[in-house]
Amino acid sequence: MQEHDAGSGGSQIVVQGVNHLYRPPKGRPVLALEDVSIEVRPREFLALLGPSGCGKSTLLYLIGGFLPIETGSILLDRAPIGGPGPDRGIVFQHFALFPWKTVRANVLYGLEKMRLPRKEREQRAQGFIDLVGLTGFEDSYPSQLSGGMKQRTAIARTLAIDPKILLMDEPFGALDAQTRHLMQIELLGIWRRSPKTVIFVTHDVQEAVYLADRVAVMTARPGRIKTIVEVALDKGDPGIAKSKAFIDAVDAVWGLVRDEAIKAQGARVSP
Amino acid sequence: MSVLLRYLPLILLAACWELAARLGLVSQLALPPLSQVTLAWIEMLRSGELLANGAASLWRAGAGLALAIAVGAALGIAMAWWRPVNAALGPLVEMFYPMPKSALIPVTVLWLGFGDGSKILLIFLGCMLPVTLGAFNGARGSDQALVWSARGMGASRLVMLWDVVVPSALPEMLNGIRTALALAFILLVSAELIVAREGLGYLIGYLGANGTYDAMFAVVLTVAFLGFAADRAYQALVHRLLVWRE
Repeated sequence: MQEHDAGSGGSQIVVQGVNHLYRPPKGRPVLALEDVSIEVRPREFLALLGPSGCGKSTLLYLIGGFLPIETGSILLDRAPIGGPGPDRGIVFQHFALFPWKTVRANVLYGLEKMRLPRKEREQRAQGFIDLVGLTGFEDSYPSQLSGGMKQRTAIARTLAIDPKILLMDEPFGALDAQTRHLMQIELLGIWRRSPKTVIFVTHDVQEAVYLADRVAVMTARPGRIKTIVEVALDKGDPGIAKSKAFIDAVDAVWGLVRDEAIKAQGARVSP
Repeated sequence: MSVLLRYLPLILLAACWELAARLGLVSQLALPPLSQVTLAWIEMLRSGELLANGAASLWRAGAGLALAIAVGAALGIAMAWWRPVNAALGPLVEMFYPMPKSALIPVTVLWLGFGDGSKILLIFLGCMLPVTLGAFNGARGSDQALVWSARGMGASRLVMLWDVVVPSALPEMLNGIRTALALAFILLVSAELIVAREGLGYLIGYLGANGTYDAMFAVVLTVAFLGFAADRAYQALVHRLLVWRE
């Protein structure tokens, strides 16, 4: 909003001039991110949209503190981010639940690390299990759950530690279309009830436009921020996905992504 | 009924054994009839001979195996997680893994004498590497996203190792331990046969040298049964530990 008055005063996260070189175990290093700069406002829902391989997940992992920052800087509330921490909760595409823990034990994990008293953490875990609609499945192991239920568990586990920032790495990418749509609606509902800063990585234009306040479109590799599109839609409107405004917005963003997707395809076909 | 059917081959084998010896198809010296072996077994159980020697053997196998599991698992996980540890120990593990550990029997006797110590050391050395390799391979296969999830929820590196890497390594490590369990019995009996003053292996050798073959067979069968029972009990334990896998 008022980004001008105090430098990065209105931003919660400031990514400045970040490059990232991906070094595969074999073969030549690849420039995954090139001079990426972006600011994320408090409590906004930001989508990182781009073709696969554009480095959008890498950017998310850098913000999460999982990968070392080599050039540039990432500030969270004006302080450089160090390693990973519970102020930034992450949800992965393939759920990353502890397979040896039940739903309840998975959700309790972060709360145990916070050293909350037993009673409090159990109440809190139950609250989030109820919130994502998994009441009755507390004692199930992840291997006994459907994909959608696994991702609900992962979301509950991350929300339970009440992170300032929610990092989501194509969280619905492994789900079937119906489940994905239901999860999108639920995520919006959860976010509206307790707004947090969300950075949501996806390659699905509709998903990005449907969920986000702003969509940052990234270029094909090496990933750069191509444009940032403000989406001004009423998220509370249940019929929004059928509205003309929504379809126009999807068209506009799709136009921006198309070239990049084609480039990414070409890059993969050529040796 | 199904249990009976499952062990039918075993029952048939026992019947053939008894008949072959009774009908004089084989010399009773080479193969005393099973009924006679059973009587000898009951006699040894009564005299306490079987229990005293069995206890000595089980203590050696148990202690050696417990050490092998504790040290082997720690080593394997350390090798998977810290590159310098792997660089230092990897080649050693590779070199010693295929070595027939029974070759160490005289060495451990030289170091620790005829008693329990040399057997425990032998079983420890012989059974450690399968556990190490299982733990190593399992730990290396830890899912990056699980590691990051734990770190992201506030686990320190060391806590994460315990919370994520150890359970991730568990299925393969348990396979390694099964191999180690079988090896422990092999090494135990071999070592006791060669140099010992008590134990089931010692008893087999002693009875054989004395010409009391029915009793010797009774101990051989006891060892076979112990090995089988230990493996079965272990499988049941594994099943419980890995109940989270579908």
